[in-house]
Amino acid sequence: MLSRAAENLFWLGRYMERAESTARMIAMGQRMAMLPGTPGRSEWSSVMQSTGTVLTEGEQATELDVVRQLILDPESPTSIQSCLLRARDNGRAVRTGLTQEMWESLNEDWRFLESLDEQAARTQLTRVMEWVRRKTAYFKGAVDTAMLRDEGYDFLRLGGGIERADMTLRLLNVKYFLLLPETEVVGGGRDHYQWMSMLHAVSGVRSYHRHYGSDYAPWNIADFLLLNQIFPRSVAFSYNQIDASLTRLEKFHGGTHRCQRTARTELERLNRIDISVIFNEGLHEFINEQLAKTSRISKEVSDAYHF
Amino acid sequence: MEYEDGIRPPYRRIAQWIEESGAELLLRRREEAEAIFRKIGITFAVYGEGGDPERLIPFDLVPRAFSATEWAILDRGIRQRARALNAFLYDIYHRGEIIKAGIIPGNLVYRNSAFLPEMIGFDPPGRVYSHIVGIDIVRTGPDSFQVLEDNCRTPSGVSYMLENREIMGRMFPQIFSGGPVRPVEHYPNELLRTLKEVAPAGAEGDPKVVVLTPGPFNSAYYEHSFLADLMGIELVEPQDLFVDGAKVWMRTISGPQKVDVIYRRIDDDYLDPLTFRPESVLGVPGLFDAYRAGNVTICSAPGAGVADDKAIYIYVPEMIRFYLDEEPVLENIQTYQCGKADELKYVLEHLEELVVKEVHGSGGYGMLIGPKSSKKEIEVYRERIKANPSGFIAQPTLDLSTAPTLDENGLDGRHVDFRPFCLVGKSIRLVPGGLTRVALKKGSLVVNSSQGGGVKDTWVLQE
Repeated sequence: MLSRAAENLFWLGRYMERAESTARMIAMGQRMAMLPGTPGRSEWSSVMQSTGTVLTEGEQATELDVVRQLILDPESPTSIQSCLLRARDNGRAVRTGLTQEMWESLNEDWRFLESLDEQAARTQLTRVMEWVRRKTAYFKGAVDTAMLRDEGYDFLRLGGGIERADMTLRLLNVKYFLLLPETEVVGGGRDHYQWMSMLHAVSGVRSYHRHYGSDYAPWNIADFLLLNQIFPRSVAFSYNQIDASLTRLEKFHGGTHRCQRTARTELERLNRIDISVIFNEGLHEFINEQLAKTSRISKEVSDAYHF
Repeated sequence: MEYEDGIRPPYRRIAQWIEESGAELLLRRREEAEAIFRKIGITFAVYGEGGDPERLIPFDLVPRAFSATEWAILDRGIRQRARALNAFLYDIYHRGEIIKAGIIPGNLVYRNSAFLPEMIGFDPPGRVYSHIVGIDIVRTGPDSFQVLEDNCRTPSGVSYMLENREIMGRMFPQIFSGGPVRPVEHYPNELLRTLKEVAPAGAEGDPKVVVLTPGPFNSAYYEHSFLADLMGIELVEPQDLFVDGAKVWMRTISGPQKVDVIYRRIDDDYLDPLTFRPESVLGVPGLFDAYRAGNVTICSAPGAGVADDKAIYIYVPEMIRFYLDEEPVLENIQTYQCGKADELKYVLEHLEELVVKEVHGSGGYGMLIGPKSSKKEIEVYRERIKANPSGFIAQPTLDLSTAPTLDENGLDGRHVDFRPFCLVGKSIRLVPGGLTRVALKKGSLVVNSSQGGGVKDTWVLQE
């Protein structure tokens, strides 16, 4: 397989996942901003910060900033528009490695996306976010049903896994400062809705209740998003996927690579560690450290496979 | 030639089918076809015109048909022409017999911008230079065909031949039942076979063949990926290849892998910056050396473009007589060379009747269609010709054949031309079909996709 094709598939996986995650984060911000008794500003600021935007002190982001920077900015590698267009470009460069349906899912409606402007995005924010989720779901469905489980598939999944781990960590960062009070969250309060919004963003409200059978407790929610073994958007689950893809690639090609060792070590750590330890040592620090590890694996992958 | 019902025999079945379907259904189906094309992304790009960077070529549902008798003539004529063009290329890069014999002026060959001195004396495998020859043909009368131009470099459009058939089969399966139409679907297999046949003698085992594309932003990228896909081979960009030890390698995730045959869809100029364009950042440095060392085959060969130059075109019938000792099956269109004083005089006196083209132009750009141009346009063009006469040729506006085409009001005749794709390896292969282009604007003679042309499925009927 061409190194460039591997790279294209890897980034195709990343960009599709990133588009979806950003849409989820915006949907969360939207929910939070609608809560009674909030000016809605700090929520948008948190959303912006967690996608890596640096705000100067005292600066508050608005919905308009989010629309401009997280949905429409053609330069930013995190805006939904540029993620989806870059995903399509990457897909286009490996047309021969995609199934017909995968390509259709990338190609469909892209004119709608290109023509999306500030006005349209603001007035139909919910609809646009739902469209993004449908589109990414269509893509994943197409991958799942018909793509050959060859090395191309592993690069695609690898990119998806890395991006998902990254984005879940960032999502959790949105509210890290609110996780500090180690008390039960009282039902009906503002915190309650904020936690619920976060779980909504990962489509995890019901899963959370079924699994923990409790009210919203910060450590349970952190446990759910970071360490849960069966929730597909958790960091541990994503690392499981990363590890599986890297292991299969080594099986295809022989040789051992640093990226696989790093991923395995991290996976084992996530499987072993208790959430109380994380809280004791500082959740924010843990998240930042994990973000750095994730980006290190991405770098090591490109070293190992020559791209 | 008129028949009792006014329908030429090859079209009887189509006419019956149209009658049974009704124009309304056909129009609806056309929209469906367009949606399918858009969805699978069969697009092409036009540079420098702004607007939509990825356009669809309009698809006309009414097929263009050739009878078995007509095809027998075309088949013979196309193969003949492909052989002669390759013989000519071998000759001009070796002894130059045709020039010594006084048939073609040497300056048209040796001073041609497509002529590559680096190719002199080199023997490409099988002595083949142009492996895919696209010949643009028009029908000018019953059983009579003429050649508009030859394409010896990297003719495009074959993906439309395949996709148009695919779409017709998907939308109207019933008309293909019983096999009245000869299949074209095996083109990719034939292409791959051809490419493998011209692998370097030293290639070990099954030759490794790749398609070389400039990348996704090229107008024909869809076709490049489509062909690579159907042949089951890698689609590479220049940066995926490198040369080491005068051999060509591609970068793969498990390290370098040797390449034996490159079906390139990029121009000579961008093949190898070391040989052709020192200032270019495109291309594969050292590729030409690997080629000259006989370690890789480039298809088509660098320098093959001399044969499809419009100034050389005039001499193709002579080439056929000279190299093959045969009479040409397909005639050329009467062509005036503005570089010759008496012919220039005629052209300037008859501009309003003629089509004038730039010798090195392509794609229907920069041409003058006399009967369709205003006085002013003609005068402007006249000055252009006078400034550089040898840069232009002129042809009479043809009584081009028309084919029934669907428009908003039902069926009407539109001008068409036809491009078959002849494959030249150890043997010559030609699938029965090709690309039919149609000028969708009523009365228009320009079939180029960049100027409002569309495409049709092309049927070669069984006996």
